[in-house]
Amino acid sequence: MTTASAQAGWRFKKPSVIPGFGLTLGFALVYLTLIILIPLSGLAWRSASLGWTDFWAIATDRRTINALKISFGTALAAAAVNVVFGTIVAWVLVRYPFPGRRIVDAMVDLPFALPTAVAGIALTTLYAPKGWIGILLAPLGIKIAYTPVGIIVALVFIGLPFVVRTVQPIIEEIDKEVEEAAATLGATRWQTIARVLFPGLAPAIVTGFALAFARGVGEYGSVIFIAGNLPNVSEIAPLLIIIRLEEFNYPAATAIAAIMLVISFAMLLVINLLQAWSRKRYG
Amino acid sequence: MQVRVENVRKEFDTFPALHDVSLDIRSGELIALLGPSGSGKTTLLRLIAGLEQPTIGKIFFGDDDASERSIRERNVGFVFQHYALFRHMTVADNIGFGLKVRPSATRPPADEIRKRASTLLDLVQLSGLEKRYPAQLSGGQRQRVALARAMAIEPKVLLLDEPFGALDAQVRRELRRWLREIHDATGHTTVFVTHDQEEALELADRVVVMSQGRIEQVGTADEVYDQPNSPFVYGFIGDSSSLPVKVEDGQVWLTDRPIGLAAPDAPTGPATLFFRPHDVELLDECAGCLAGTVAASRRVAGTKRVELEIGGHRERVEIELPVDHPAAQRSRIAFRPRKWKVFPSAAN
Repeated sequence: MTTASAQAGWRFKKPSVIPGFGLTLGFALVYLTLIILIPLSGLAWRSASLGWTDFWAIATDRRTINALKISFGTALAAAAVNVVFGTIVAWVLVRYPFPGRRIVDAMVDLPFALPTAVAGIALTTLYAPKGWIGILLAPLGIKIAYTPVGIIVALVFIGLPFVVRTVQPIIEEIDKEVEEAAATLGATRWQTIARVLFPGLAPAIVTGFALAFARGVGEYGSVIFIAGNLPNVSEIAPLLIIIRLEEFNYPAATAIAAIMLVISFAMLLVINLLQAWSRKRYG
Repeated sequence: MQVRVENVRKEFDTFPALHDVSLDIRSGELIALLGPSGSGKTTLLRLIAGLEQPTIGKIFFGDDDASERSIRERNVGFVFQHYALFRHMTVADNIGFGLKVRPSATRPPADEIRKRASTLLDLVQLSGLEKRYPAQLSGGQRQRVALARAMAIEPKVLLLDEPFGALDAQVRRELRRWLREIHDATGHTTVFVTHDQEEALELADRVVVMSQGRIEQVGTADEVYDQPNSPFVYGFIGDSSSLPVKVEDGQVWLTDRPIGLAAPDAPTGPATLFFRPHDVELLDECAGCLAGTVAASRRVAGTKRVELEIGGHRERVEIELPVDHPAAQRSRIAFRPRKWKVFPSAAN
């Protein structure tokens, strides 16, 4: 048995006392194929029918490029904002017992549950020039609704729970002794956070960032209400896809979708590799 | 650095963890805080480190009132039971951490820090592991790194909280000897907490025996073992047997007869007799001694432990016999403790 496995070199399956490897792997592959791979390959196939020149023309179209820029740019900005404030929210929820903490904790999940259109309408009402917040900002010359800033506001709203919920358990796991060790070694509170605690949280923060970013890129419902949807200014790529669909221009719609897919996949892959690397290093 | 703990009381919420504790730790001494769980030994250590603030009382480092200093300013080296290493840093970065976080005026240059880290690694016998991460080390190695990290800041006092508690017996014994060597080589005033009396007795210059938030006795290993000053210490340090007795006319009595032990200084009244199971004299005839029926016997390493039922109340005591002693075959054994002590029973 041992000699046989030693000869085999690379083995497909390591002997394990836990049964069900074949069954679960088979299930996972079939499931992923049905749920993700088939629809996505349909997308690729459909846009491939377009031919390279047409595809390139759509891809380099000014409106397409601007829509992609706005989608990815606002998603990145919103994820960045969420990383900062989401981490702070998670920190406060874990570290400080205060009255109503349970309620605040539950509120964090609301953006998950709320229909995104409701969120979009609510935010638009608040931030429109005549809205409760918009009316305060208008005299300062700050316009939020119907601009890319409005898109960021909407994406921050829906992305917040992703960061909080990924970072929170890691903060809960922080060993109090590690902080005490840093303090006995003479580190200030700030040095302890920056050099000891933050590096430990970084992988979780990156995950939260990736999730919030991915959610932001695909978000449609809440954005279209607040964005104003001016082509080249505040028109997001998913909306452009819908517009193309409504024009019965399916190849163009699938082409834009395919581009989004490739960019998203590349970015998420990089983030995952980053994480695998850090996990391998720090155990 | 001499450390003086003065009348310290510590309450958590309203639960008192330490009642009025005073302790003098001499410069360069290796001292053990020994006691069962909940005796307040870790609390005392954390108070010295500044990880807790005393409710009442003061702690002096030399003539300096440390109670007014923050944990950062106290400059103590603290080693935690579970190492508390920074897992995203290499071994060298862990050790150099205390120097790197100093304000730029007192921070040594980077290559100086690196050199210090590798000198310390040599000292803790882990040369060449600078680039490893804590996850790649064994428990014993991690604790050595933790000690090197604590020593890197040239602490006034080295404090160790159950440093070997999470390690297996073999590694523990090894590290114990090694810690003694390091202490003798560097001369840091060192306080360590342990619940393992063997560790405390073997390693420390002096042992502080604690129970229920109080210091019971402070002394060398010989003193706490040979002259325990309270029933708790007698019972806690080493093996012991105890028997309820009474003291009358300067004699120790078991119910209605004297057992041949003179206790001229003990106050008259009910008391408890303590003796070591291995420190007994076996007798053939019993006229004024202890005698009991053998209830159980078991082999412990090189000796035989015999449990005897004594007197009308069938109190059980343990004595130790050489394996080949003829008395081991008898059903009734008479003996008299060679070294013993009576403590008056606490007034009810």
